[in-house]
Amino acid sequence: MSTTEVVVTGLGATTPLGGDVATTWSALLEGRSGIATLTEDWVDELPVHFAGRVAVEPSERLPRQRLRRLDRTQQFALIAAQEAWEDAGAPEVDPVRLGAVVSSGIGGILTILEQYDTFREKGWKRVSPFTVPMLMPNSPAAAVSLEFSARAGAHAPVSACASSAEAIADAIRMIRDGRADVVIAGGTEAAIHPLNIASFASMRALSTHNEDPQRASRPWDADRDGFVMGEGAGVIVLESAEHAARRGARVYAVAAGAAYTNDAHDIVHPDPEGAGQARAIRSALSDADLKPSDIAHVNAHATSTPAGDVGETVAIRSALGDAAADRVMVTSTKSMTGHLLGGAGAVESIATILALHEGRIPPTININELDPGVQVDIVRDKPRDLPADALAAINESFGFGGHNIAVVFRRT
Amino acid sequence: MAHSEQEILAGLGEIIDEIAGVPAAEVTPEKSFVDDLDIDSLSMVEIAVAAQDKFGVEIPDDQLKDLKTVQDVINFIQK
Repeated sequence: MSTTEVVVTGLGATTPLGGDVATTWSALLEGRSGIATLTEDWVDELPVHFAGRVAVEPSERLPRQRLRRLDRTQQFALIAAQEAWEDAGAPEVDPVRLGAVVSSGIGGILTILEQYDTFREKGWKRVSPFTVPMLMPNSPAAAVSLEFSARAGAHAPVSACASSAEAIADAIRMIRDGRADVVIAGGTEAAIHPLNIASFASMRALSTHNEDPQRASRPWDADRDGFVMGEGAGVIVLESAEHAARRGARVYAVAAGAAYTNDAHDIVHPDPEGAGQARAIRSALSDADLKPSDIAHVNAHATSTPAGDVGETVAIRSALGDAAADRVMVTSTKSMTGHLLGGAGAVESIATILALHEGRIPPTININELDPGVQVDIVRDKPRDLPADALAAINESFGFGGHNIAVVFRRT
Repeated sequence: MAHSEQEILAGLGEIIDEIAGVPAAEVTPEKSFVDDLDIDSLSMVEIAVAAQDKFGVEIPDDQLKDLKTVQDVINFIQK
């Protein structure tokens, strides 16, 4: 049985590093941080004073009356989707053959919290009639579907910080299953709010390096102390290879395969043995019909938390085997973007795709002293060239709840 | 405090511009909210609440649905 080949034909992003893919990508290669001290009054009440806000505010991109009806997650998703769609050459496709799979890890939490404040201060009549369609977790998928008339189906898989990698995995399947020829896929998050910072800080998940925000996100550094919250969105256009070829589309990479597993170990802590992560990598390779030695690069989940980063490298070694693991080049772009939660998997998939397409791997910045437990070769400080014969790369994304997603991209 | 028709029209123009993005100049008495200004029912709820804040006249839900044109709202507020 032959599997429909799925290719990537468009990229879009709005991140702490830039308002589009080009500026984000050049900042990643330059090793620049998108993290800054927050200027809101409420930061004084919190142990964490910094985050990665988007570089370009949606108010500069969308008209006022649209902004007031869209949660910030939807705003980011639409901005990224518009870029991806144009980048793909605005494909002509029958709306019933166009899908949207756009996730958020948390949903419209800023709307929930703002409208609750309004309710308490002014009563129910002042609560926006658009509250429900803004807060629901499927609202970014629905907004993208509406914007582009995607009628094959709109989906929003939720798996915390793995959500948008899961969206891409689902989108690949949507095309393989014959439900769509083109799918707009990705994820978004907009959760920078005192309650959310307090919630993550309360579980001791966030870095508290208030004195040096740009160096706070330091995956695999021996002295890492937690992740740094970011916001933004990444969206890609996936298309059956046949459809892309018919219209002569530029192809960035083949979305060769993906896999999902769950640790069922703890509600937040990853399995320290990394068995579930390793299974995800192996299954994704099998799904992509590739061997471990074909993998030249991994864009890791590594968030800069003490627990997760090293375990992930153990899982990579276990999944690929020593020979392949000795050669693979691993990076964590979260060192520069911070952790975009439900947007992370998609933004990092874009970095993975561009690493293959451009032949350059962005570095992991801020490693002063590498954790001695790290089991693979980390691309530190400076970008590295991908060998000319390198075939494929993996994006890994994990989420609270034990979710492990691996997506494999292959050169065309 | 009574408002003149001109004041109400200007006020509604500002509200509709803010909420629905329709330029205030297009908000003229004969216009239908649904057919001419492309304003949906949820936006009408927002407009009614904003009009209440601006003119101090509450528009109950059961009467809001009967206000089809800009002139209907002006008449209701003046009543």
